[in-house]
Amino acid sequence: MGERVGAGRLERGVASRPPLARRVATPEAGALAGAILVYLFFFAVAPPFRDLASLSSVLYVSSIYGIPALAVALLMIGGEFDLSSGVAVVSSALLASMMSYELTANVWVGIGASLAAALAMGALNGYLVIRTGIPSFLVTLGSFFVLGGLNLAVTRLVTGSVATHDIADMDGFAQARALFASSFDVGGISVRVTVVWWLLFAALATWVLRRSPYGNWIYAVGGAPQSARAVGVPVRRVKVALFMTVGFAAWFVGMHQLFAFDTVQSGEGVGKEFYYIIAAVVGGCLLTGGQGSAAGAVLGAFIFGMTTQGIIYAGWNPDWFKFFVGVLLLAVILLNAGVRRWQAAKR
Amino acid sequence: MSPPLLRLAGIGKTYGAIRALEGVDLDLQAGEIVCVLGDNGAGKSTLIKIISGLHQHDEGTLEVGGEPVRFASPRQAIELGIATVYQDLAIAPLMPVWANFFLGRELRTGRGPFAAMDIGRMREVTRGELAAMGVELADVERPIGGLSGGERQCVAIARAIHFGAKILILDEPTAALGVKQAGVVLRYVAAAKARGLGVIFITHNPHHAHALGDRFLLLERGRAQACVSRAAIDVDQLASRMAGGGELDQLAHELASRGPSATSSAAEP
Repeated sequence: MGERVGAGRLERGVASRPPLARRVATPEAGALAGAILVYLFFFAVAPPFRDLASLSSVLYVSSIYGIPALAVALLMIGGEFDLSSGVAVVSSALLASMMSYELTANVWVGIGASLAAALAMGALNGYLVIRTGIPSFLVTLGSFFVLGGLNLAVTRLVTGSVATHDIADMDGFAQARALFASSFDVGGISVRVTVVWWLLFAALATWVLRRSPYGNWIYAVGGAPQSARAVGVPVRRVKVALFMTVGFAAWFVGMHQLFAFDTVQSGEGVGKEFYYIIAAVVGGCLLTGGQGSAAGAVLGAFIFGMTTQGIIYAGWNPDWFKFFVGVLLLAVILLNAGVRRWQAAKR
Repeated sequence: MSPPLLRLAGIGKTYGAIRALEGVDLDLQAGEIVCVLGDNGAGKSTLIKIISGLHQHDEGTLEVGGEPVRFASPRQAIELGIATVYQDLAIAPLMPVWANFFLGRELRTGRGPFAAMDIGRMREVTRGELAAMGVELADVERPIGGLSGGERQCVAIARAIHFGAKILILDEPTAALGVKQAGVVLRYVAAAKARGLGVIFITHNPHHAHALGDRFLLLERGRAQACVSRAAIDVDQLASRMAGGGELDQLAHELASRGPSATSSAAEP
């Protein structure tokens, strides 16, 4: 007995030292290293990138990727996948615009209807996944095409073209723009309001994941769904809520696009879902669920923002963007895999 | 006399064309260990899935504390005090020990949907409950996947006891363990019984069963072959009944009668 107590104390002594190895091996480590490397790279090759004003536009672009990426990261931690998030952004914007323009004189009606539709679409995705047990990859591949097709067809039907009418002169437009698409000055730098929302949502997601019981459930539902169900976690409700969160995030960015540009192109959004997923994966999410963080998704989106803008500041052809993103994704995946193997070997 | 903690009468379950369980009866009193024994596919897993609320029975009645029940989800079973420790332990391997201990029943700092988790307290309780059972974990923040099999069993059983389980269902808790760790786990099961829990202990191992069990339910191809009390059977008889009893005797007889000539005769075409 005395021996066991002694051993326990010894072990505790070791553990009370800062667990540096664990901190280095957190899922965000790869993303942080990646962000620093990408920053240094563009700092070196693109002189305009060094201006503070450039940082402002990098942050703006990051926030547009970052808001859906946060929701997608939560969903991926919960073990599911959404391919329809990119076109859902445009669907939300189109619906809000057309509802407002065709039916009423006030944009808030369209905004509300669009939110309801986005949440319903998320719930439908989630319901189909939990009800049928079909992988979310396939279910949302279907809804990706459904929404993409609806975007083009309904817009053509209603407006007779591939874009919506300008709604800039409608009631409530100014308030909506202030909420979704304004900017303000901080020490001479223009900050877009989406950046503030992005960081707010990131803080909220971090709180949910780390401090609320729902966070525990999300990790468990993704990492070990059978176990989670067996100990009484409401697995289905958690999954549906996660799909609805992605719907909400897509709606939010859709509203930003609508009120930043006044009109919406019906063919946009295709392919954006991959960027959200990549940002989440670069940020440390596992494709199999059960691991990841909001901070990681923020870093992943920030890497994206730097890459998009960095290529422009470096004066290169933007055609290189996808190539860079691909290289980046491969590099980070390999890095993360290496870190995990190292971690497992240490155990 | 008070009703038993748990009573099964004529329980049956069919999966499509497969009859997994048929007419199983079982009573479980407080402070009693009933061992369920049987070969692979005998229906042991189906039985515990019904009792723990993962599956529903098609026939018969299931009573908890004298009340007939039909569980729609494991949560309902848990609420009635039925805790199940699964073979695969129902843990999320990447999550910390404390998070697993409290998974689905997290402590909160306040009320309402926006109450945060009381992580400090959960860590403390987890460490305390494990220490009370003789497991000293220096770091409950470690992913539970990194613990040994015996330690994980202990976390799972400690969790069940902490949350006031009246009925503990253990699905082959010693199957994947070494001799020493199995002994540790068996001691906990005995401790749970001493605390007045009713225990259903599923096992392949007649020695573990006979060491602990008050009664033994032997399943064979989904049917209860026998339900005997400990006084009525010794460990060799138990082992023999489990291994197929008569069939095994016949096999031994056949092998013996072939004798050493069996190999030479097989060599001749």
